[in-house]
Parts: sequence; structure tokens; C-alpha cells
Amino acid sequence: MSSKIPSEVSGFLYTSETLLTLDEFSRVCAVERRQIIELVEEGVLTPVGAQLEEWRLPGDSLRRAQTAVRLQRDLGVNLAGVALAMELMDELERLRSLFGNHPFGRAGRMP
Amino acid sequence: MKFKDYYAVMGLARDATQQQIKQAYRKLARKYHPDVSKEADAEQQFKDVGEAYAVLQDPEKRAAYDQLGSGPKGGEEFRPPPDWGTGFEFSGAGPDGDVGGDSDFFEALFGQRGRAGARSSRNAAPADHHARVMVDLEASLQGATRVFSLRVPELDAQGRLVTVERQLNVKIPKGIRAGQQIRLAGQGFSAPGQSGAGDLYLEVGFQPHRLYRVDGSDLYLELPVAPWEAALGASVPVPTPGGTVQLKVPAGSHGGTTLRLKSRGIPSSPPGDLYAVLGIALPAADSDVAKSLYTQMAAALPFNPRAALGV
Repeated sequence: MSSKIPSEVSGFLYTSETLLTLDEFSRVCAVERRQIIELVEEGVLTPVGAQLEEWRLPGDSLRRAQTAVRLQRDLGVNLAGVALAMELMDELERLRSLFGNHPFGRAGRMP
Repeated sequence: MKFKDYYAVMGLARDATQQQIKQAYRKLARKYHPDVSKEADAEQQFKDVGEAYAVLQDPEKRAAYDQLGSGPKGGEEFRPPPDWGTGFEFSGAGPDGDVGGDSDFFEALFGQRGRAGARSSRNAAPADHHARVMVDLEASLQGATRVFSLRVPELDAQGRLVTVERQLNVKIPKGIRAGQQIRLAGQGFSAPGQSGAGDLYLEVGFQPHRLYRVDGSDLYLELPVAPWEAALGASVPVPTPGGTVQLKVPAGSHGGTTLRLKSRGIPSSPPGDLYAVLGIALPAADSDVAKSLYTQMAAALPFNPRAALGV
């Protein structure tokens, strides 16, 4: 293996506008079809389209699917528990990004 | 190679019951899970705990490990005793397919046999691989090329599984958001028993930024203003990703007032906004002039900052 910096590679970026079929989504995030269907049923993932064959899942929820599966596997929680944990984590992340890690955030300087 | 005290890693006494081991693991796994924890070294801690649990939860491995005692004192070099492992059959798999993934200690004690069969997909189609990488926010704001070092499992000349470092020079698309994935076609690594390389998926996260906090495609900036700028209104300079702009602070603003600068956040599609959150910065009363002005305000303004508290 060379120690030189290899030539630049560019890739394909999955965004909220990248709509994937169930099979495509399953391959990209390496999560089984069956698990993705369960995550949709539990409301962790929200596809566009009513029938399973018509489902299109946004590219920016790939990470959600992976996180949900890792939490299930590593922490021994069931699907409902994962869904609840992820909702709370979303909320926490939003608050952290707004207020940082200060216990009172900006409240210390509120009017 | 350093001895690893698996009991210490899990905060357990050496005579802990299997039930206590399981409880300790569950608790530590929740604490250090990389998807949950915000601690900087969570991923390593989680791996250490997983490695300790893989040994201690398995009665055969635990019995073998217990034979070693508590290891050499003071972090001396550790070598397994010559008769190590005789009479033990390590058959069980850990709680996860990648136990002890890059632990020399685990490897020396339990070897390949101790690993779960996650790598057993022989002759399968080239597998895709996933990795998480951190970039600076500027890479998304301007688009950039960044070099990442990935640890990749490979077979060495003797056919042993080793971890090598591989460098990858990747174009980061302008406007990328935290949590999004980049697919690098054909850049996966060929695992043992597989032909060709699959795709490599990079999940991108942002390192903390000096000025901005990130929420999706929006940026938040804490903007200090003087009391008179907030009270009377002013036009103040604001550092945005695209350069400094003048922002009109309306009269009667206060700490926490949030002003939106449209489309000046992450240049995704659609672009995010930049929010300036005002913080009132007080001038220090460290001169006669300053003291005199504060005294005048105190005397002349009927102002109770604690009125809402009822005192």
C-alpha cells in the first residue's frame, strides 16, 4: 500500500430529495427489508406512497434506519422502545444544537 | 501488549454473578452507545465494554480468563502463559458480530475462534461497507476535498486477518448535512473470500465549529451586542459563511432575540438559514466614566429586572 495520498474520488450524495425504493434503501443502509418494513410500521421511517411496492424512502433517513437497528441489537430494546428513544434523541439533539451544553442554555441571559 | 482487566472495565467485582454482568453491560452499553452518547471517546468505550462482556458473559471464556488472575501490576507487558487455553473450547459468539475487532489482547487470548461468524460470508457478492467520518463545517459550506484514514480488515501473507490503515481522498459535496451518506462506487474493500470490491458509504458528521452551531441545514450564531445596540437599535457586522454582512438589530431587542438571515446557512438545496441569537454584552465598570454612567442609570431609570419574579 502506497503512503502517498491517492487521487481524489467523488461520490453520490444521498439527500432528502433522493427517493429510494425499499430494495435500494435496504442495500444502501445494509438493513434488511423486513426490518425496514417494521421501522415504517412503527413510524421511525416515513415513506412516500401508500403501497409497499410504491414506497419511496428519502436518502437522508438512511442513518435513522441504521441507528434504529444498532440500538435494537446492542441495547436489547424492542421496536417501540427504539422508536421512543429515537424521538427523544431527536429532541435532545435539536435542543443541544440550539442551546449547546450549558444547563440553562441561553436562559441565563434571557430577558 | 497490555493486560486488560475486563472486570475493571465493567466496574464489577471478580465474583460478580452472570446476572450482575448482564446488568452492568446493559447499563454501560446505553451509556456509551455511539448513537446515544455524546462523550468524545464513546465509540472506544463501547468497544471495550463489548469486548469485556463477550468474555465475561460466556462461562467458558470467563473461566479461562479468570485463570490469568488480575494480570501483571502497573501495566507491564502481558503475554499469555504457554499452556493458555488448553482444555477450553471457545465456541460461543459475542453479542455482536465484531467483538474485539481491533483488540490485540482479545485476539491473543481467543484468536479467530473467539470471534463471531460475521465474516463467514464466503464467495458472496462484493459487500458494501460503511464508515463514519468527521469533517469541518467549512467543507460543506464551500465544498472541499478531505483525506480520511479508514481502518480496514485485510488478509496478510499468512492468511491472518489484520487491520490496515487505508487513506482515501474524498470530494465533499458543497451543502452536505450531518448524517447524510456519500456513496463511493467500487471503493469498498474486498473482504476475505469475496471477489471484487463493493461500494463504500461514508456517513458524514461535523466537528464542532468555533462560531456556528448546526441544526439540519440551519446555522446558529451567538451574536454579542451592547446594551444600547439592543435597546436603541443598530446595524452591526455579522460573520456569515459567505463573508461579513451588516445586520439591522431592531430597537427593543433583548438577550435571546433571534434574527434570521435567510439562505445564509448550509448551501444545501434548499439552502438553510443563519440565525443570529443576540446576547447582551455588558461593558465592565472599570473606569470612572463607566461607573458614573451606571450610577446615573441606576438613579434615573425606574427598572426592576426581577419584576416577573414578584420581588
